[in-house]
This record gives sequence, C-alpha cells and structure tokens, in this order.
Amino acid sequence: MALTQLSLAEQLVLTLAALILFTSFLLLAQNRIVSLIHTFAWQGVLLFVTTCLMAANSGRHHLFISAGLTLALKVFFIPWQLRRLVIKLDIRRDVEVVGGPSLVMIAGGVLVLFSYYVVLPIRELSFLASRNTIAISLAVILIGMLMIITRRKAVAQVIGFMSLENGLFFAAVVATYGMPMVVELGIAFDVLVAAILFGIFFFQLRSGIGSLDVDHLNRLHEVDR
Amino acid sequence: MNGWLLAIVQTGLLIAAAPFLAGWVKWVKCRLQSRQGPPPWQPYRDLHRLFGKEVVVAAVASPIFRSAPYLIFSVTALACSVVPLVAIGLPTTAIADVIVLVGFFALGRFFLALAGMDIGTSFGGMGASREMTIASLAEPAMLLGVFTLAMTVHSTNLASMISYLLENPFQLYPSFVFAAMGMVLVAVAETGRIPIDNPATHLELTMVHEAMILEYSGRHLALMEWAAMLKLMIYSVLLVNLFCPWGLVVDYTPPALLQGLLVVTVKVLLLGTILAFAETALAKMRLFRVPQYLALAFILCLLGILSHVILEVN
Amino acid sequence: MPLNFALLAVLAAIASGLLPLACAKSNRAIKLLAFPLLGLAGLCGIIGGGLALLSGTSHRLILPVGLPWLHTHLLLDPLSGFFMVLVGLVTLVTAVYGPAYVREYERGPQPLLPLTVFTGLFIVGMDLVLLAADAFTFMIGWELMSVSAYLLVTYQHQHERNRSAAFIYLLMSHIGALLILLGYGVLAGFADSFDFARMAAAQLPLGWGSAAFLLALVGFGLKAGLVPLHVWLPEAHPAAPSHVSALMSGVMLKVAVYGFIRFTFDLLGNPHWSWGLIVLFIGSISAILGVLYALMQHDLKRLLAYHSVENIGIIYIGLGLSLIFAGTGHPALAALGLIAALYHCLNHALFKSLLFFGAGVILQQSREHDLEKMGGLIRRMPVTAGCFLVGCISISALPPFNGFVSEWLTFQAALQSSVLSNNILGALIPVAAAVLALTGALAAACFVKVFGVCFLGLPRSERAAAACETTLGPRLGQIFLALLCLLFGVLPTWTVAQLENIARLFFSSGMPEATAHGWLWLTPVSSEVASYGAPLVLLGIALAWLLTWLWLHPRRRRFPVRIGPAWDCGFGPLNARMQYTATAFTMPIRRIFRPVWPITEEHQAPSAENPGGRYRLRVGDWAWLKIYQPIGRLLLGSARRLAMIQGGNIRAYLAYSFFTLLFLLLVVSL
Repeated sequence: MALTQLSLAEQLVLTLAALILFTSFLLLAQNRIVSLIHTFAWQGVLLFVTTCLMAANSGRHHLFISAGLTLALKVFFIPWQLRRLVIKLDIRRDVEVVGGPSLVMIAGGVLVLFSYYVVLPIRELSFLASRNTIAISLAVILIGMLMIITRRKAVAQVIGFMSLENGLFFAAVVATYGMPMVVELGIAFDVLVAAILFGIFFFQLRSGIGSLDVDHLNRLHEVDR
Repeated sequence: MNGWLLAIVQTGLLIAAAPFLAGWVKWVKCRLQSRQGPPPWQPYRDLHRLFGKEVVVAAVASPIFRSAPYLIFSVTALACSVVPLVAIGLPTTAIADVIVLVGFFALGRFFLALAGMDIGTSFGGMGASREMTIASLAEPAMLLGVFTLAMTVHSTNLASMISYLLENPFQLYPSFVFAAMGMVLVAVAETGRIPIDNPATHLELTMVHEAMILEYSGRHLALMEWAAMLKLMIYSVLLVNLFCPWGLVVDYTPPALLQGLLVVTVKVLLLGTILAFAETALAKMRLFRVPQYLALAFILCLLGILSHVILEVN
Repeated sequence: MPLNFALLAVLAAIASGLLPLACAKSNRAIKLLAFPLLGLAGLCGIIGGGLALLSGTSHRLILPVGLPWLHTHLLLDPLSGFFMVLVGLVTLVTAVYGPAYVREYERGPQPLLPLTVFTGLFIVGMDLVLLAADAFTFMIGWELMSVSAYLLVTYQHQHERNRSAAFIYLLMSHIGALLILLGYGVLAGFADSFDFARMAAAQLPLGWGSAAFLLALVGFGLKAGLVPLHVWLPEAHPAAPSHVSALMSGVMLKVAVYGFIRFTFDLLGNPHWSWGLIVLFIGSISAILGVLYALMQHDLKRLLAYHSVENIGIIYIGLGLSLIFAGTGHPALAALGLIAALYHCLNHALFKSLLFFGAGVILQQSREHDLEKMGGLIRRMPVTAGCFLVGCISISALPPFNGFVSEWLTFQAALQSSVLSNNILGALIPVAAAVLALTGALAAACFVKVFGVCFLGLPRSERAAAACETTLGPRLGQIFLALLCLLFGVLPTWTVAQLENIARLFFSSGMPEATAHGWLWLTPVSSEVASYGAPLVLLGIALAWLLTWLWLHPRRRRFPVRIGPAWDCGFGPLNARMQYTATAFTMPIRRIFRPVWPITEEHQAPSAENPGGRYRLRVGDWAWLKIYQPIGRLLLGSARRLAMIQGGNIRAYLAYSFFTLLFLLLVVSL
C-alpha cells in the first residue's frame, strides 16, 4: 500500500516511527550522559504520542493506559531517577568515549537496512497500515543492543537497554495494537524493577570497583592468564 | 516570451530583495536582544556606501583577486534566476536543476577561496581552508537531502518538484520531515550563519567568510557582501518553496502574481524571524564541532532516504 | 576507411618509435623525426576513431599473420573508436608539448633516444589493444603497452626511487596481465576460440561468468588503479617524465577501463546485477579514498596520481550503475550509466593530461616538486596558470566545465534507482551518490589548495620566485586542452549524442530522450526529470558579468583602483612564511578524517637553543602497510625457506629436471 493511500493520521504514525528511529541514532551518537538521558526521555515522548494516536485512531481505549504508563515511566520516572543517580554519583561531566563514532553510525545505518531486509517476509502477515513500521521497531531494538555493546559506561548501557525495550513496545503497539493488558502491565513493572535494580547496581559497582566503567569488570575473570 | 520577461523580473526582484532579508534578520535579532538595531534597509545603505568608495588592491594581487567579485556575483545572480520565487514553470528554471544549483554555489566558493589565498596573508588562507572543509562536508548532506526529495517527486528540476507537490493533495511524507531538517542545518552552514560562522565577527579564531574577504574594499567588497546576501536569500526561498510550496503561481495573471509575491514575502520573512530566534538562542560552535553538526545533517538526510525506502515505497 | 586511418596511426607511431634509431647520434634529428610522427599518429587516431564513433559503424579486418591457427583480428567499432580518439588527442598534444619539454633531458645523463623510442611503442601498444578483436592480439598490445610504460618510468634510472617505483609497476601490471589472461581463458573455454566475436556469442553459466568477471575486475583494476590495487600509481607517475605521466594517467588508465568495458559489456554480456553492486562499491571506495589521500600529498605529481585513482573510481561508479540497471532489465538507464562513465573517461583524459602538462611546466621552470616551496607563480607564468586553473575547475566538477557534466550524468543515473524493485539497492545507490558528492567537494578543496598554494600568494622559495613562462609549444598544447575542457563542458548534448552510438552496441534502445530537446538542453531521462542547459549557463554567467561590469563602469572611472600594500594588521610587512601552507590548509580535513591515513607527526616547540621549532608530517598509505608489506614479507619468508633447494650441487639441479620430466610425462599420460 503506497503512502499516498493512507489517512493523515496513519501518515503521522509513520513519521513518528521515523522520528523514533532518529532518536535512536541520537542516542547512539550522544556523548554526554545528561543529554543522553534527555534524548531518551524525548524518545519516550514520541512513543507516548504514537500510542495515543493509535489509541484514538483505532478506538482501542486500553492503549491509552499503556500510553499513560509510558509517559509516567519512560518520560518522567526513569529519566528523573537516572538523572538523580548521575548527579549523586557526580558523573554529569563524564564525556562518554564511543569507539569510532562514525563507524558506529554507519553500523546503525546498516542495521536499519538489515532489519528492513529481515522483516520483508514478516511484513506480508500484517494488514495494518502501519506494518511498515515493524522494520523500524526492529531497527530500534538492534540499535539499542548496538549501544549496549559499544558503550563503556554502565549508565549508557542501561539507557541502551531501555531504548531496546522502547523498540519492543513500539512494535507491539503499531503492529498489533498492543499486547494484552496483563502482559503490558507486567512489562512496565519489570522495567520499573529493572530501573531500581540498576540504581542499586550502580552504587555497588561504584563501591566495588571505584568506577562505572564496565571494562573494569574484566578484572573479575576467573581464568588466570 | 512572457515567461522570459517574468523570469528576468523575478531574478531582479530576488537580487534586489536579498539585502532586505539580511537586514531583517539583523533587525529582528537586535530586537530580541533588546537593542535598537539598524533598520532592515540598512544593508542597502551599506552597499551604496561601499559602491561609492575607492578600491584598494594589494600590490601582489593577481587578476583572480580582481575578477573574483564579478564572477561570484554573476554566478550567484544566475543561481537566482533558477529558483522559483513567485511563479513556477518559467523557462529559466530548466537551465539548471538542484544539482547544478549546488554546482553554482561550489563554483562561487571555489573562487572565493582562491581570492582569499591570493594575497598571501594568513587570514585568507585560514578562511579558505575552513570554508572548503565545511563545504566539503555540507555539500554531500545537501545533495543527499535533494536525493531524498527526488525519490518521491522523481525529478531534480525545481519547477517539476514543486509542481508535483502542488498538484497532489497534501501528504505527510516522513522522508520530507527528515530532508527538511537536514537541509535547514546545511543551509545554516552554507550561508555562514550562527552556529557555524558569525557574519558579524572579526575575531580570527572564529571567522570563516569574513577572513576570506578581509582584503576587499570598495565596490569589490560590496559585490562580495551582496553575493553572500543573495546566497542567504536563495536558500531561504528554496527552503520555503520546497517544503511549503503553497502560494506559488502557475498562471501568470497580474493579480495572481501579486498574491504569490505577497505569500512568498510573508513566508521568507517568517523564516528570517525563525533564523533570528535561532541565532539569538544558540552560541557559535567551535570549528571542530562543525563536523559533528554536519554529520547530524547527513544522518538526517540518510534517515530520510531510509524512511522513504522502508515506509513509503511498497 | 576509418580502419585505414587507425592503421596509419599505428604505423606512424611505430615509425616515430623506430625511425630515430637510424640517427641515434643527433638529438635534433631524433626530435625532428619522433615528435611530428607522433603527432601524425595522434591525428590519424583522432580521425579514424572519430569517423568510427560518429558514423556508429564497425569495421573489421583479418590480417593473415599471427599464430598458425589464429589470424590477427582487428575491429574498429564506436567503442574502440572513442578510446582511439582519447589516445589520439593526448598523443597529439604530447607531440606539440614534447619537443620543448625534453630539452632538459638533452642535458641530462641519459640519451634522449630511449624516451622517444618507448613513447612511440607505448602508443603502438595502446592502439593495438584498442584495435584487437582476439585475445591474442589484445594481450600482445597489452604487454607492449605495459613494458614500454615500465621502460619510460625507469627512464631516469639514476634515482633509486624511480627504479623501485618502476619495479612495483612492472610486478603489479604483470599480475594483472596474468589475471586478464585467465579471464580470457575462461571465455575461450566456452567459445572454443580466442576470437572476440565467438567469445561474445558464447553463453556462460552464471558461476563461470562471475569467475571471469572477477578476474577481469581485478586484472583490469590493477592497471586502472582501483583501491586497494592502486599503490603503483602514486609511485610510477611522479617518476616518469611529465608528458609520459600525462599519457599514462590520461590514457593508459582509460585503456584499462576500455578493456574492462569490452570484457564485461561485450564479451561476457548479460551482466548480473550483483556484479554492478561490486563495481559500484569498489568505485565509491576508490573515489573517496583517492581524493582523501590526494589531499594529503605535497608532491604535485603524486597528488595528481592519487586524483587519477579518484577519477577512475568515479568512472567505475558509472559502470557499476550501468551494470546494475542492465542486470535488472532497464536498458535505457544502463545506457545512461555507461555514457556517464564514458564521458568521464573523456573528461579525465583531457583535464588530467592538462594538469600533468601544467605540472611538467612548473617542474621544469621552478625545479620544485614540493608544493610547499612554490607560490606566486601566476605572476611569473600567466598562461600556464590560466590553463591549470581550467584544469582545476574541470576536475573539481564545477559548472560549466566538462568534469561537471559527467558527474551530473552519474548523479542522474543514480537518482533513477527508485525504478528498481529491490528497495535495498534503491537505498544503497543514493548513498553511493552521496559519496560521489563528498568526493567532488573534497576534490574542489584539494584543488583550491593546489592552485592557491602553487600559483597564488607569495613565492615560498627563490627558485619559485625566479620561474618564468615556458615556450610556445607547451603553451599551445595546454591552451588546446583547456579549450577542449570548456568545449566539452558547454556542448554536452552533442557529445552525449555521439556517445549514444557506443551505448547502442550493448543496449539497443539507447537514450531516446537525452538529446530530444535540441543542442541547448541535456535531458538524460526526460525534460521533467532533469535538464541542464550548459551553453545557457555559460551565456548567463557572461551576461551577468557584463551587466555588472557595465553598471559599475561609471564608478570605475570615478573611483579608480589604488594599489597598496596588503593589510598586515600593523605588525610590519608580510612575508612568504606567514602564508598558509599546503599542510596547514588540509589540517581540518586531516583532523576530521583522522583514521583514514597512517600519520606520523613530530613537532618541537621553539626553545632557547633551537629558536626555529620544527614540524614534520608523514602520511603513508594503509594499503601499503596492511596489505602489500605483509604479502611481501610472506613471499620473502617463503622464498628464503625455498632457497634450501638451491644447494649449488650440479647433480641436484639435474635431478630436479629429471623429476620434473617424470612428473610431466605422468601428467601427459593421464
């Protein structure tokens, strides 16, 4: 179905999908922790708007609850928590070292094309107008994983993980009008617990090895070299 | 014949209006910063003053130094004739498509940089080096943005691009959103505005464009300055008419043309105001932050292509 | 008729090479014989090739010489005719430029004779490659070209550097020849003949076709200088005399491109789209790396050599697009890609030889290789500077000169990628086009550096300050090429119409729309999609210039130009050491693309005992460090191990022969 046959709201969903992908790229490129957290919050905002739009458009009002959860958790609570942690641990000024930023960006671009290629057969199964966004959400997931791999600092890795979860949630919303309510609540709860656990983990990490750089964990390996 | 006449008038209008836009941006900016500010027509006075001054040329200057202002101004003026300002489908727009337009700017810049290096002062060399570096990163991003649009409208001719958008009902193309964002970033870099270059500075650490024209005076300087204003004007008109083409005239009747002129004036002045806001809010970047800024523009345009492929084609 | 001219060109080139042998004693006689004959060879090549190209006809001839079972097949079709014109053009200019240029070699330690002999044979080799219609003749021409180019590179063999450069060139060009031979072997295996006509008729399965394609890509790529096979190029070009560099860079690389086109488009036929993707990828990499490496060079001819890598990359981008479109069933667009590539071949031959001729004049007059020692030459040699500027504008792909047209056509071909049903390709091709845009912009930066540092500003050395304009011959040659650069930039529609004759050989439809709107408008796909009125652009610029000039004329009378010293910020007079150097000019780019080059930087701040301070920058080549040196070490290591069999015992050597004989007999009997 070509773009021109869609309604304006559906086109808006597609645009928002592309913007979410863009925020993923921004997360990948961002090298200051505070801006990273802000970008993550903006991704949450976009997700919230998309969910609301889908809810209003399809008339499935339980999606509004998901949207509200997204807003509360991913736009306000988690970024706020992370920001608080960052201030408390005094790593605001830490400039993240990203290994070869341009290379990582190219890898991100390749991942987008790759997810498009992988999704081509799956796409045929869905009849929703927004099925084209499945590739985008897969790309968001993969870029989140790429971010976890390429970042050194634990905080950035947590954000990568959260944005990965954003990708999953986005796929659920746009491809199938969301998961059953129970599952969604469960996931939201999971994310919440994860955020708190990560917070505790940071402090432990800091007191244990004196840094949030996960490369220092290499010292913990079992085998003597 | 009517078309050719209209094209010449339109080009003249664009050339004549360019200093006003530059003045307008400056005036709005001053107002935003709670200063009185020179009136928007101040650039006309400046140009007039410069045209009526003696020209001092360094003894070591070569013919390139003397002919560069004329060449740069002519090329930019020719670029003006290609841009649809009020009406589309004029015969001059077929002379060059967007890629050639980018080529015109590159030609002007080539001679600007050479003129900067001609005297052999370190300022000129510095400006030329920076300008060429920035341009070599901005140009691919610009063309990628153009390609993104061209993939939807199947054309690189400005007139056909705009008329495709006018003829079809409004569609929200995700790729256009990205292309627009990317091209705005590029346009800021190419016209030498904050945060890339500061047109009002004479501090050697920060200046780019001013460093190259430091040796110019009198009418040569006036032509150089005017060409820079023209460039700002062309980019503004291009952005508003590509991404917001409503109001352009297809039939050449006087009332319609007048209305089109009014609409485009409002659009361009609005864009100028936004530019002034941005310039007030932002600080000038370090030179070596510029690659990241332009990489962002490039990524935006690249995402434009990707979203076109993934979301819009089936 | 065209074939007769082509044969006459070959004969004249042979005569130009061999006749001076009769009067080896007198330099004057050598020059009087060799260069006019070379010019005749060039002129006949232009006429013969041009006739074949313009008429769009093919002419065959079978000479009853050669192998017992294979006569020599010659063919002059529009494709070989076009390349014949390229060879002819540059040869003609060489003949005009050469006599004055070789004057300095007359005083040098070498006799002049080898230079003229091998130049003649070099041209013969190239013409023979173009005319060949069977693999045997092709390879003979190819080897003649390669070997005489080797002897030309090593002409000034008193320098160690030149000898090693020539050796690297010889080695790589022979590996390339071997691969090409294998490629022809694959084709001949299916065609049962070395005749091109039979090879083209043979049908290859995809696997064997791909194998032959890859052999041809690497084999011809070694000669054309694709990354990472380019390492011989920046070594060999500065070593050769400048007019030979112009021939090598301007034409010999094109002959390699011709070989690739002949092999892939004509002999293999039915390309698979993935081949195009490979070519596109390698072309993009060559283009971008070529220009980035060129930016960091200070030796003028080395810089130009790296630019040849870049331009070959651009040509291959066009060829790659053509193959992709041909493989997916879009013949008109495939024709567009091919024409863009061919047009760039023409342009590169013109502007690169112009630049090499200019570099030769600079070298001869200022005796400086190093850009950092030049400066202010525009005042000493205005004609050369003007022509060099034309070359710089053309190679930087700026309108309205010729380099722009071919890049524009390549962009237009790339933009048609939306017709492909494969969306992944549709996304990759615009990215390749963006790489092309980056290449063009960086090339402009590079040539601002070259022209600005070399011709503008103040002279940076005494020798540069003492340089003077060259004699009439070299000047005429450069002016001729500069005019052609402008001409082919302003009349693209006519040129494209002629090049269509070549495209029709492989894609029967051609590009019907491209020239449909008269000579003013070039519309590669249709007038709605894109149009470029090159003559109008030139006219428009001239008109605007004239109007501005006339408008300011009264003021010019009232406020005349006052000549004064340059603004020195009140610190006292400016001197040449205050200028931006070539190294300084490219510093921002060096910092942005830092990982691209292996860079060693040393600096020493000024101190009490050493008030000057020092800065030293060395830029290497990763291909050299990461690919060739390990291979070289591996080869040397294994050779050392194999050296054990060289015991020095004569009976052992006889035993080797004996066992070899036994083994061969066994193989034959099986």
